[in-house]
Amino acid sequence: MDLNQRFEDYIAADQKIEAKDWMPDDYRKTLIRQISQHAHSEIIGMLPEGNWITRAPSLKRKAILLAKVQDEAGHGLYLYSAAETLGAQRDDLMDALIEGRAKYSSIFNYPTLTWADMGAIGWLVDGAAIMNQVPLCKCSYGPYARAMVRVCKEESFHQRQGFQIMLNLCEGTDEQREMAQDSLNRWWWPSLMMFGPNDESSTHNEQSMRWKIKRFSNDELRQRFVDMTIPQIELLGLTVPDKDLRWNESTGHYEMGAIDWQEFFNVIAGNGPCNKERIAARKKAHNDGEWVRQAASAYAEKMRTDVMPNQTHAA
Amino acid sequence: MSSQSSKWPLWEVFVRSRQGLSHKHVGSLHASDANMAIANARDVYTRRQEGVSIWVLPAEAISASSPADKDILFDPANDKVYRHATFYNLPDEVKNM
Repeated sequence: MDLNQRFEDYIAADQKIEAKDWMPDDYRKTLIRQISQHAHSEIIGMLPEGNWITRAPSLKRKAILLAKVQDEAGHGLYLYSAAETLGAQRDDLMDALIEGRAKYSSIFNYPTLTWADMGAIGWLVDGAAIMNQVPLCKCSYGPYARAMVRVCKEESFHQRQGFQIMLNLCEGTDEQREMAQDSLNRWWWPSLMMFGPNDESSTHNEQSMRWKIKRFSNDELRQRFVDMTIPQIELLGLTVPDKDLRWNESTGHYEMGAIDWQEFFNVIAGNGPCNKERIAARKKAHNDGEWVRQAASAYAEKMRTDVMPNQTHAA
Repeated sequence: MSSQSSKWPLWEVFVRSRQGLSHKHVGSLHASDANMAIANARDVYTRRQEGVSIWVLPAEAISASSPADKDILFDPANDKVYRHATFYNLPDEVKNM
């Protein structure tokens, strides 16, 4: 049978495509782009929260935040591994990131100014990520789908701990409530931008939907997120920083105000508040770790030659 | 610029979730040697008590059947329904067989 036909039949039948199956070049390229950007987002996403590990208000909060940031590292690794099954090389992906050639989620280019931001990130940013990631558990590429199952299992603790931080602040002093509101004000719009451009201006939407990499459009997922989150904001007693937001009785959905897409594209283009800082931090960590990687390689080589001296020189 | 890790072999990781079950493939990672692979596999794949034992195996040591050979390998089993217990209709009087 024609290879392309078999691929199309698999997709139509909701069968998973596996690493060694034939696939169109564009499908492979699209997946490498999406999975590697996703992996980069997990890795860069450690930085805004890492900022507060040493300043967490209690030992308990510190342990929780450490565990969350460690999870993000793990998520990055599951995803890099999934990208590698498609023939991508880990070091090429890493180089693209630290040389500023790769994209990652725009949200991580905003600064974490107060402890409340740890709440807002877990609640809103991880909440938006979950909204995006749950459908990806059913995406057509097997290794990506399986990685997302693991990620989603771990992600719900992230969102709940974030909401709990917000809840505690909102039950606290006026100053703490203000801190929570300020944080919501700063993270609300960037969180909505996480779902990507509006459907009519999204370049990758249609093909990815056809290939069942994406299951829902950017706007559909954004709407779901808003509908789910507004009642939570009300529960906290906070105000949605959107004066145009209104409940539409007839559709049963909230209508949100206009998103500042200029800001979104500006951040994507590298001009957000922290783009340079994030890449510089990643680059420094990578370079500072070079001697460790070299030492590990030297040690492995030494052990190999010590254990099997004859084989090494046999050829 | 390129780091040493590109020369590190890829290891496939298998985790036994609890005593009495078999090791199951969970993913892969790069490491300089088997010890580092086990240490990293512990951090990456068993942060929530997912396992009681880890196997790591150099990915290059695995030989796999090719998807193109799927028909040759597995089609012959298609028409052998008599290999399944449900193929045999027995009288209702025979219980638990």
